[in-house]
Amino acid sequence: MRKGVWLLAGVGVVAVAGVGLAVTQPQSLPASALAGVEGDAARGAQVYAAAGCGSCHGAEDTEALAGGAAFASPFGTFYAPNISTHADQGIGGWSDYELANAIRAGVSPEGQHYYPAFPYTSYARMTAQDTADLIAHLRTLPADATPSRGHDVGFPFNIRRSLGGWKFLFASDDWVVTDAPSPEVERGRYLVEALGHCGECHTPRNALGGLKTDQWLRGAANPAGDGRIPSIHPDDLGWSAQDIAIYLESGFTPDFDTVGGEMVEVVENTAKLADEDRNAIAAYLVALP
Amino acid sequence: MKSLPLLAGLATLALGTLVHADAHSNLPPAVKARQAHMQLYAHNLGVLGGMAQEKIDYDAAAASAAAANLAALAQLDQSSYWPEGTDNGAIEGTRALPAIWTDFDGVMTASEGLIEASAAMSDVAGDGLDALKGAMRPLGQACSACHQDYRQRDN
Repeated sequence: MRKGVWLLAGVGVVAVAGVGLAVTQPQSLPASALAGVEGDAARGAQVYAAAGCGSCHGAEDTEALAGGAAFASPFGTFYAPNISTHADQGIGGWSDYELANAIRAGVSPEGQHYYPAFPYTSYARMTAQDTADLIAHLRTLPADATPSRGHDVGFPFNIRRSLGGWKFLFASDDWVVTDAPSPEVERGRYLVEALGHCGECHTPRNALGGLKTDQWLRGAANPAGDGRIPSIHPDDLGWSAQDIAIYLESGFTPDFDTVGGEMVEVVENTAKLADEDRNAIAAYLVALP
Repeated sequence: MKSLPLLAGLATLALGTLVHADAHSNLPPAVKARQAHMQLYAHNLGVLGGMAQEKIDYDAAAASAAAANLAALAQLDQSSYWPEGTDNGAIEGTRALPAIWTDFDGVMTASEGLIEASAAMSDVAGDGLDALKGAMRPLGQACSACHQDYRQRDN
């Protein structure tokens, strides 16, 4: 009897460990992720602006995406890596598949998980065509030899394997807002939930850093400590679709205050989008459930 | 008998006014002054922006007047608006970040940017709607240059 209990316990431990290993194993994109699509660098410039890559990976005094900007959080400080076209320090030596796998699955060429400070959980919803276009655009940007700086993250968050559990719990490429009643709202949903990754800052997070999607875009604590990131849900914001589109183009609020903080760089990006795309973002936001 | 609810209503109103006045009067005069200064920017920007966004008809005289006000406001000496100990960590009711006091050169660069952008607007605001629209974006960017680094996020 006693022996039986121990055996059962042993089997249980092995099973849990097995599930744990399976769950924490990095899940890559299928090898066919970019099959049949040809990247176009000019279109990729629009994807690049909508996805805001330069806002985090940009560096002072260079056009290259040399990285280095610090992002404080309750889990530690993350430093944007060099994703310039430099062959050794940047992504110049990566294949298109390796880039797509990083952007949409959060898995590095070495098969390690990235921290979700990199918003791959949003980019997971990116189309294959946009991914290919974005990669083609990234390859047109200059190289910089500055090495990436290591993240300053303490135990247990410094165990990258544990991020597999985080992804299992919180990452999903399903749409947050399931209904898209018009093509315009559907386009807006893609721009907000996939490329623009607006929810990463404007949605509150739980103790483990997972987004509370039941409070989608309803404002959040500032991970760097000071102030709050405002709600952009229509119940709280109270702006018309036209107000939102004007703000994303000009930076002016309806009462002629102007954009501030990190959002300044976001508006620099949204100002580069087509009018239809700004209108689509606005249509999605005012239609939020 | 009828006067009782009325009295209660008046008392509530009076209390509300008192509470409101109290919250406002707790701010140091210098903070009130700089917030009023920002309001004057916003009011004059509203005239120009309303035209740029084609919400109100373009009027060369009104545009020129608003732009001249902005340019004059941007040039006013604001040094007395920003006494030590009036950042958002020290007092309630302001979003002025401590960086204003630790990065004086950066603040002055941003302030010179606004002087330039508002002067450029003043030069062209009376020259037609397209000219006004063209000067609007640099003006907004000049405002944001300060709001990016020196103002707390929304609360």
